[in-house]
Amino acid sequence: MPRLPNETEPVTLDTFLRGLWQENPVFVMLLGMCPVLAVTNSAINALAMGLASTFVLVMSNSLVSLMRNFIPKQVRIATYIIIIATFVTMVDYTIQAISLELYNALGAFIQLIVVNCMILGRAEAYASKQPLWPTIINGLGIGAGFTFALLCLGVVREILGAGQLFGIDLFGDSFQPWVVMILPPGGFFVLGAWLLIFAWFRERKQRLSKLQEVTQHGG
Amino acid sequence: MSDTHSSPLPASQATPSGKMLRTLGLVATLSGLLVVLSYRVTLPMIEHNKRMAIEKALYTVVPGAVTRQDFVFDGDSVKAADNTGEGVHIYAGYDDQGRLKGVAMEAAAPGYQDVIRILYGYDPYCQCIRGFEVLKMAETPGIGDKIVKDAAFQANFEALDAQPHPSGSGLANPIVLVKPGQKTQPWQIDAISGATISSRAVARMLNDSSQMMSPIIKNYLSLLERGTRS
Repeated sequence: MPRLPNETEPVTLDTFLRGLWQENPVFVMLLGMCPVLAVTNSAINALAMGLASTFVLVMSNSLVSLMRNFIPKQVRIATYIIIIATFVTMVDYTIQAISLELYNALGAFIQLIVVNCMILGRAEAYASKQPLWPTIINGLGIGAGFTFALLCLGVVREILGAGQLFGIDLFGDSFQPWVVMILPPGGFFVLGAWLLIFAWFRERKQRLSKLQEVTQHGG
Repeated sequence: MSDTHSSPLPASQATPSGKMLRTLGLVATLSGLLVVLSYRVTLPMIEHNKRMAIEKALYTVVPGAVTRQDFVFDGDSVKAADNTGEGVHIYAGYDDQGRLKGVAMEAAAPGYQDVIRILYGYDPYCQCIRGFEVLKMAETPGIGDKIVKDAAFQANFEALDAQPHPSGSGLANPIVLVKPGQKTQPWQIDAISGATISSRAVARMLNDSSQMMSPIIKNYLSLLERGTRS
């Protein structure tokens, strides 16, 4: 049964799984396209960006959920942005502390997590209406879906564009890398291919469920 | 007659400004505390990573060096670096006998996508640049990053002439970029075909830095050779 916008959601497995498939932020909602196209030129960059975004999403949405009854409607967006920017700054320092090489590879896209519409969208549409526990589970699901999507792109682009996976050579010297795959156009090609596959899966699922319905009514 | 205009909230329902200010103030304070806390916790690790990156690059661009000492040019003179001093850093590399093998300095210039930062090695005895390592760049993979990967381009820096002008100001011959395959002089750099902007950035930053630092290294060579042992 559909849920009313302000109705509290019970925590189920679906709260988490929705973000992975039905409400996947990249393949279904097409949110956060900027990092999706820009940093997925290698699997490690994709994984790091996915994990960083997940941390910011879960932490900022948790704080928004805890403060949801105290934040006046008129200043809610400003408040969400301050909260998100705080956690992005923490992630920024943490990545610099872990590896400067990774930090340089991700460039300005770490700071740009602040304006990732996936995070602000979740704060406005979910965290500001739900208690802490469902918010954390839902945030983890959406973050996992985002990381999964980035990895889908990063793995394909690194294999085709550099002949490597997580920096490990796969094909030896005989392989001629498709450099275009690690350039921006390659991001669009691979994203297009993944969207096509996801659309095909969705359509197939709908067709099968319709067929099942017709069979049941017919019987 | 129905009123289709949205009426303003009655005074009893409108949020008082004080409450909005209190909320924003509370969130901003919490935010400030978290940012300062994470900065203080990660600062030693970030500083350590930066030192390690420079050290790793130094031993590559100054071949034969096994130890280092840091100096700083503060605009007037060169002196041993301390944590408080601002200025241009000079990293001197010494072999196991304590002999000066060369110095390394940072240089930067805008590349195709962002500023490229390098550490280059300068040999004060041949008065030439011996190589460079990229500390930070965001050049296009497969194109601009050839400044690191292209062997022919790297060959420019086996002994790139950077001798100071006899007058003691600037270089005798400015370091310039020439079209691919047209290098005829030791102070020229062969550009990379298809990556002209990135190779021009390298030439520009090396020229700008050497114009200033090459005469200074010559003047303070005895201090650099002696190190801080005196």
